[in-house]
Amino acid sequence: MGLKKHWQRRHVVEAIFKYVMLISFVLVLACLGYILWTVFSKGLPSLTWAMISQTPKGGYYLGKEGGILNAILGSLYLAMGGTLLAVLIGLPIALYLQTYLRKSHWGKFIRISLDILWGIPSIVYGAFGFSVMLAVGMRSSLLGGIIVLALLELPIMVRAMDEVLQQMPKDLEHAALAIGATKLEVALKIVVRQMMSGIISAILLAFGRGIGDAASVLFTAGYTDRVPTSLTNPAASLPLAIFFQLSTPFPEVQQRAYASALVLTIIVLAVSLGSRWLSVRLSKYSIK
Amino acid sequence: MNSHIQVKNLNVFYGKSQALKNINLEIPRNQITVIMGPSGCGKTTLLKSFNRFIELDEMTRISGQVKVDEQDIYARDIDVTEVRKTIGLLSQRPYPLPMSIYENVAHGLRMHRMKKGKNEFDQAVQHYLQVAGLWDEVKDRLHEPATSLSIGQQQRLCLARGLAIEPEIILGDEPTSALDPISSQHIEKILMSLKKDYTIVVVTHILRQAKRLADYVIFMYLGEVVEAGTAQQIFEDPQMERTKGYLSGQF
Repeated sequence: MGLKKHWQRRHVVEAIFKYVMLISFVLVLACLGYILWTVFSKGLPSLTWAMISQTPKGGYYLGKEGGILNAILGSLYLAMGGTLLAVLIGLPIALYLQTYLRKSHWGKFIRISLDILWGIPSIVYGAFGFSVMLAVGMRSSLLGGIIVLALLELPIMVRAMDEVLQQMPKDLEHAALAIGATKLEVALKIVVRQMMSGIISAILLAFGRGIGDAASVLFTAGYTDRVPTSLTNPAASLPLAIFFQLSTPFPEVQQRAYASALVLTIIVLAVSLGSRWLSVRLSKYSIK
Repeated sequence: MNSHIQVKNLNVFYGKSQALKNINLEIPRNQITVIMGPSGCGKTTLLKSFNRFIELDEMTRISGQVKVDEQDIYARDIDVTEVRKTIGLLSQRPYPLPMSIYENVAHGLRMHRMKKGKNEFDQAVQHYLQVAGLWDEVKDRLHEPATSLSIGQQQRLCLARGLAIEPEIILGDEPTSALDPISSQHIEKILMSLKKDYTIVVVTHILRQAKRLADYVIFMYLGEVVEAGTAQQIFEDPQMERTKGYLSGQF
């Protein structure tokens, strides 16, 4: 019987594609590895306790003493505030889309609008936010930065949640409706519980976009060497700190830029791991 | 007949195709009514028109009346959540809620504000788990996820969850089709024991199950009710050719 493999065209195509996929995968992995290696190897030597525990002293940008505590705390305040605000607005939108609009014309219209918003560069959000702030007489501040970051994060968060909520098993929704739940009760008590891990991933995705963005906070949050103590203070951020330090002509300050990047990377990593832990805990009861 | 549900001129359309054609029926109180017929005959559609699940599909149009205790559940001033509280549903596959075993039973009670305080909840949860024949198997792990139970246990949990909110009518949509024979038998036994307190309507395509359970039988074919009557009438002396054909295994 002719069970032996004869190399036909489709076998060759399969072999080629397998290698193309493998190469793509290795390429991405190598990029990630190289980025991490650069950040760690260049940043680690300059990463001192002073760097993360002090604000910049006079002459910090010339290579004298001080640290980037202003930017670390500024970034955390901005990204956490922005993400919190985006969740407060975004989760209801996502639930509304799934519970009531579904695939209606309005639903489609809102999804397309969100996709367009997602594609707008962050500098445009920054410029738009700043012009609105000027119009209402607001100065660069933590609050301004938080609001603009929330706007920047909203489209990606809502669309990611929307995709997650579409995976909600209809039969499970029906099980709750069958005992006399309203649609809202199903959304808040069953859907959110069941899809918690996906919702957390969506929030994390948006947080990642928010904390790494420099352009949107450039005007709206401004930059300062002080740690903000109120919402009306301007706030520094890590991406801008990296930018300012990298653009000085002094090698030791440039080294500190890498250390700042390392700090940012570690924050993002810690938040990812933390939320993964949280998501495992919270989805203990999810129906598989 | 002391009827609990009355169906008058019920028509249901999915888009352009008609799933139910001019149904007129009465369903007796405190008995087990079995709706049987070949697949695609509209059994499940009919069942789902009793708890207004039919309208969850946006393409559906419905006309006619379904009366429960003389009240048309499709009337304008009817609260659909009350309809579904009064008329419970046991679905084909068990779908426990994403919470603990205890919370699955307590959830409906809390939602409808039927109990107060931990004691009342504990008692109600225990009681309905006992009615569903599950208490002894789960009493030491009430706070574990509902998914830690076997499929058969999950179906009994779903039954307890449905009974906890004190319905008057229990609908079963092929409630044993996903279960192993022993679990199926278990569910059948519980349904038999419940009929003194509840009106039960079960859809099945298993003839032997229909014979075991039914007090009253509705035979459907192609969206129409061919024949309805007591189990004795239908199984021993069917009047219509189609019923005879179905009972003799022709389709």
